[in-house]
Amino acid sequence: MKERIMQKSSILPVTSVALLLVSVYLILGYVPTESTMGWVQRVFYFHVPIAWLSYLAFFIVFVCSIFYLSTRERKWDIIARSAAEVGVVFTALVLVTGSIWAKSSWGTWWEWNERLTSELVLWLVYIAYLMVRSFATEEDRGARSAAVIGIAGFFSVPISALSIRLWDTVHPQVDIFKGGLAPEMLFTLLFCIVAFTVLFVQFLLMRISMRNVEVEIAKLRYSFRR
Amino acid sequence: MSKSIGQILAIMRKDLISESRTRDVAVSVLVFALLVIVVFSFAFEPGAEVTKMFTNPQLEQIKLLVAPGVLWVSIVFAGVLSFNRSFAQEKEKGCLDALKLCPIDKEVIYMGKMLGSLVFLLIVEIIIFPLFSVLFNVSLLDPAIVLIAVLATIGFVCVGILFSALSVYTKAREILLPILFFPIVTPLIIAAVRGTGSILQGGSFGSISNWLGIMVAFDVIFIIVSLFIFEYAIEE
Amino acid sequence: MENKEDKSTSNSDFTIEAEGVTKSFGHHLVLRGIDLKLKRGEFLTIFGRNGAGKTTFLKILATLLRPSFGSVYMAGLDLSKNSMDIRRKIGVVSHQTFLYDELTAYENIKFYGKMYDVPKLDERARELIAKVGLASCIHEKVNTFSRGMQQRLTIARAMVHNPSILLLDEPETGLDQYASAMLQDLLTTFEAEKRTVVMTSHSLERGLQMGNRVVILSEGKIACDVASKDMSVSGLQELYQRYTGEEQ
Repeated sequence: MKERIMQKSSILPVTSVALLLVSVYLILGYVPTESTMGWVQRVFYFHVPIAWLSYLAFFIVFVCSIFYLSTRERKWDIIARSAAEVGVVFTALVLVTGSIWAKSSWGTWWEWNERLTSELVLWLVYIAYLMVRSFATEEDRGARSAAVIGIAGFFSVPISALSIRLWDTVHPQVDIFKGGLAPEMLFTLLFCIVAFTVLFVQFLLMRISMRNVEVEIAKLRYSFRR
Repeated sequence: MSKSIGQILAIMRKDLISESRTRDVAVSVLVFALLVIVVFSFAFEPGAEVTKMFTNPQLEQIKLLVAPGVLWVSIVFAGVLSFNRSFAQEKEKGCLDALKLCPIDKEVIYMGKMLGSLVFLLIVEIIIFPLFSVLFNVSLLDPAIVLIAVLATIGFVCVGILFSALSVYTKAREILLPILFFPIVTPLIIAAVRGTGSILQGGSFGSISNWLGIMVAFDVIFIIVSLFIFEYAIEE
Repeated sequence: MENKEDKSTSNSDFTIEAEGVTKSFGHHLVLRGIDLKLKRGEFLTIFGRNGAGKTTFLKILATLLRPSFGSVYMAGLDLSKNSMDIRRKIGVVSHQTFLYDELTAYENIKFYGKMYDVPKLDERARELIAKVGLASCIHEKVNTFSRGMQQRLTIARAMVHNPSILLLDEPETGLDQYASAMLQDLLTTFEAEKRTVVMTSHSLERGLQMGNRVVILSEGKIACDVASKDMSVSGLQELYQRYTGEEQ
């Protein structure tokens, strides 16, 4: 039974590696270079999918936090926590790719522009989400506190983004594709979104199964200690 | 309903009476806010060489750019200090358990604590604003700025009390609370600083309507969200 | 909050009925199935070493913690459904005072009275404070009181809504001889008409004296359950040592 699940689950990692390799080829070899931004614009095909997935991750955190508080079933907490971890890593990647972008368009690694600042605030909220557990005196409390932050944090995201947009009057909205996307570009972008989403699901499932193993180990360790 | 309102007010009154007798928190919060203002002045006051590069009106303008930031940072920092105390005080003699034992809805506790904290922080602001006006030579006596202050403070307190309750059962709550609090209230800090800045630059009421809108939205959303999740935050 | 139609009442004569109450914190099982029935008017004392689950059990009865498994009925009401109604019926005294230091005795009682929606609150507060012998310092701040005075006020506080069930968690902690005699006196005489009491205690002697039933908790289970009148202090000491492995 266990082995069959293991076999089944190996399909997903293989798929996601294959998709990623194809998307690397598409980004580097297939898609035409954008006229105004030049070669560095290719980071966009990483940046956009990852940014969307960071939002998806925190949406999952939000939904699972609500389920956790209303049902108190551990699985919801495990999913929420795993999604937050993957989300924080992806948000960090968004910040890195974003600052590569900033370097090429404004000449500095960091610009307090709307997008980067919003992502930074988002990142900080969910770092707090992960941190609160280590401060809690017992595990259930940590899970409950985290769920409260997962819910409050989710509501703060859109309003933060809105206020940062109003705040950032220095940087004009960059229109990346003034004349619309070339069909090759659109195809590459959509392909990358699919590839990274599969990778995200893969990471999420890995994290969840690791967390389940951790729970098992903790149980065993506790039963041996007694 | 009227029973609940009476209980909310009783919790608020109890907090304010306790505070008015010791003034422990009030004094430390005020001193802290003042210290923040002083430290920021050291950091931002242009030196003699820089001063030579600008004319006097230009220097005034620079001061006006810095002032709102200093003001709101000092108030937010002072606020965090007082939120830390809000539920820690309840826990000292087990009163938090006693409150949870009372046949009242958790929302009553939240509203009572929040209103107490709100009144407290508004009083702190009433003292800080004139002091700040003198130190920075700006006039904060403007209905628009008062409105900004009230809206921003409501938002700070809504979130602050929620996280104060949440961090009361954790280790090192003094560290945890600001880490939770600051990212969430980013919109309020931006709106209050920018709104106050516009008014100080001579802007009209209309010029800050965006910022007022954001603060109202924030306040409404977070009062509702907090009422829903507060119960889980103080559960033992 | 509570649903008025759906009152899961039980028609038994027992004031407190706990069945299979289990509580775990993470993987740590604190209570491993507690069955306990208490009649109206009984005074139960729970003994057990630290970590045996005494306080946890009391907190479950007080609606502060939810049991992981098992059911509790108090005054015929299901704890998991009618916690709000149950709270109206219970008074709690703990080793913490539950008092606000900066408020006066009168203000403290009045505040809690308001929370319990007690009618004629002013009279009730004065009466209670007089009963615990603090009438002369009714308008003094609690932080000027001695530990014993504070504990007496704590008892008045717990009684403000005239509860039919009292839960006492080591109420004598930190009290001197005189104060604990006063406490004992208050608990056994003060409005004691048919009030059900559950108390945890460290002092076998005093617990035996005050209660009419004794339970020893060990490793989250009831190890023994005896009537006080059949027990001598030395007999209880022996039992306590046998079940907890600890000298008392």
